[in-house]
Amino acid sequence: MEIFQAITNMTAVGLAQHMVNGISLGSLYALIAIGYTMVYGILLMINFAHADIVMMACYFALFGITTFHIPWYLTFVLTIALTALLGVTIERAAYRPLRDAPKNSVLISAIGASFLLENLATYVFTGRPLHFPDIPFLSSMISVGGVQIQAICLFIPIVTVVCLTVLLHIVNHTKTGMAMRAVSKDYEIARVMGVNIDNIISITFAIGSSLAAIGAIMWGIRYPGITPYLGVMPGLKCFIAAVIGGIGNIKGAVIGGFILGLGEILIVAFFPQFSGYRDAFAFLMLIWILFYKPTGLLGEKTTEKV
Amino acid sequence: MKMKKFVSAFLASAVALSLVAGCGGGDKKKAEEKKPAAAATVKVGVFLPLTGDNAGGGELEIRGIKLANKLHPEVKGKKIELVIADNKSDKAESANVAARLIEKDKVKVILGTYGSSLAMAAGNIVKEAKVPAIGTSCTNPQVTKGNDYYFRACFIDPFQGTVMANYAFSKGARKVAIVQEVSNDYSVGLAKFFIDAFKKLAGPDSIVEIANYQTGDKDFSAQLTNLKAKNPDMVFAPGNFTESALLVKQARQLGMTIPFMGGDSWETQDFLNVGGKDVEGVEFSSFFDSTNAATPEAKKFLEAYAKEYKGEQPGGLTAMAYDCYLIALAAMEKAGTDDSQKIRDAIAATKDLETATGKTTLNADGDPIKSAVVKTIKNGKFTYLKTVNPEDLKAQ
Repeated sequence: MEIFQAITNMTAVGLAQHMVNGISLGSLYALIAIGYTMVYGILLMINFAHADIVMMACYFALFGITTFHIPWYLTFVLTIALTALLGVTIERAAYRPLRDAPKNSVLISAIGASFLLENLATYVFTGRPLHFPDIPFLSSMISVGGVQIQAICLFIPIVTVVCLTVLLHIVNHTKTGMAMRAVSKDYEIARVMGVNIDNIISITFAIGSSLAAIGAIMWGIRYPGITPYLGVMPGLKCFIAAVIGGIGNIKGAVIGGFILGLGEILIVAFFPQFSGYRDAFAFLMLIWILFYKPTGLLGEKTTEKV
Repeated sequence: MKMKKFVSAFLASAVALSLVAGCGGGDKKKAEEKKPAAAATVKVGVFLPLTGDNAGGGELEIRGIKLANKLHPEVKGKKIELVIADNKSDKAESANVAARLIEKDKVKVILGTYGSSLAMAAGNIVKEAKVPAIGTSCTNPQVTKGNDYYFRACFIDPFQGTVMANYAFSKGARKVAIVQEVSNDYSVGLAKFFIDAFKKLAGPDSIVEIANYQTGDKDFSAQLTNLKAKNPDMVFAPGNFTESALLVKQARQLGMTIPFMGGDSWETQDFLNVGGKDVEGVEFSSFFDSTNAATPEAKKFLEAYAKEYKGEQPGGLTAMAYDCYLIALAAMEKAGTDDSQKIRDAIAATKDLETATGKTTLNADGDPIKSAVVKTIKNGKFTYLKTVNPEDLKAQ
């Protein structure tokens, strides 16, 4: 029973601190997971380059502030714009030429785009970690009854919820959103019905990449060591979050992100002896969900069309 | 349509370029240095992490080797040519490049590497090929133990761990928490030797918590929150510089003001860059004190360094790499440059060799007996605190 000792020993302050840590990590995962799920929902492909788009966004923001001395709020807007452009460019160069090719080709092209970005970043920015600049009030610490909260941690969940609301509105209540849903159901038919699917897919990538940029900026403020491979592990976890929530489902991705973020923190909180295995938690969740509910928590059951 | 073709052609060439960039760093060098008459040069293999998580350490060490090569460019009238390979901070890649240096470049001696895990990954390769390797800053005892072909220029972790345990104890620490990087042999080994030594000093219950993390982790908040509840006097957290700097930063954010201590890997610019003002006051062991030249060779090294890298203080890693080159050079002076077995025997017999960090003598395991230096960070600079000699520890 020694294993459960940590639970009984935990103080209210300690638990509150763990919850704060977990929620802020979960919200970050959620933001990035939305990008995976959107692209999958529409193109039925996994955009492996998404994690590296997050990494590039970190560098954009970092250089905007440190090298070009642009005020941080302007840098953030520019970063989001540049990252959206990067996402659209990757789609155009690496995925669009393969629109009618087998799904596997697109998948491999995505892996190629991911490696290209990683190596390009290593070559251009060197492999050494760079420090993400401190943002005056977002990086500061607030103490609430013994619980230490970085100001950014209060913003992350709010930003995530706002992004989610805006996104759901776009998808469910606008003409573009309707077209997105149509493309996602069956893009051949959507094309026949007069939907410009290339535009819709570009918009999807722009939105997904903008969310990645927002996630990246907050990631940078929270974990300020920026390296070319920083996207790899979070990318895998966010992909798992999207699968857990039901890939293709935006709300599901957010729920999956929170489950992973909180789970990862709480497993260390309650079982400190397993702290070296926290990455394994995400993969165990993936195996579990694939066994018992392969469509994910909110996923719909679809029958393969033959 | 044309546009599309152009874009794909551009991307294809970019992929090709990035591949060249990714693995070609060493090849380019080779091509440049092949020009002089082949008979008049001696190839010395160097493998270091120049990209990836440990790149900051590799970068400092390559400086030391290049500087030594500049000051001592010849052996027995032949020019020494460095064949530099990047092991990308990756264990599998480390074994690959070591094999490549031996089989393709036919080097007779290898220098490197930063990182004990990386050195151990190449251990069997050099042992089977019977080509001697000299480690720069791989401090885990397993690197040279049972391997007659691996030597090193640095002290080892049982010593380093004991130095830091004694230092922590002398600073009044009685309850210590450990945070280790479980996927890193260096970190786990050093933590273990620290724990052993500290328990001897402060009693069996003096280690209140051992927390783990993985290489590449960014979030340590859960481990630190647990640790804070245990209320230790001090935290010993050896590990790679990026992760360690983030760890200390997050600890300070959680309101922990207790001292943090670590090992030699913290002495890199990246640790300062990432940690910023949050790493002020941390204490760690190092190989070398640049404010105190122990030998004429040290003086030479310091002067050359000051000329080459203006305004920078050379750290322990650079000095170790410099020494590493000198050990190989002295061995080749004695044993000639063609027979790797003879070079190996000459390296094993290294005695009272004058190097940048003092006199170097290798013991039966291939490890030198050297003193350690304790340093801290003051106003964003590494600052010398004290020197600990091996004799000091035995006397206690």
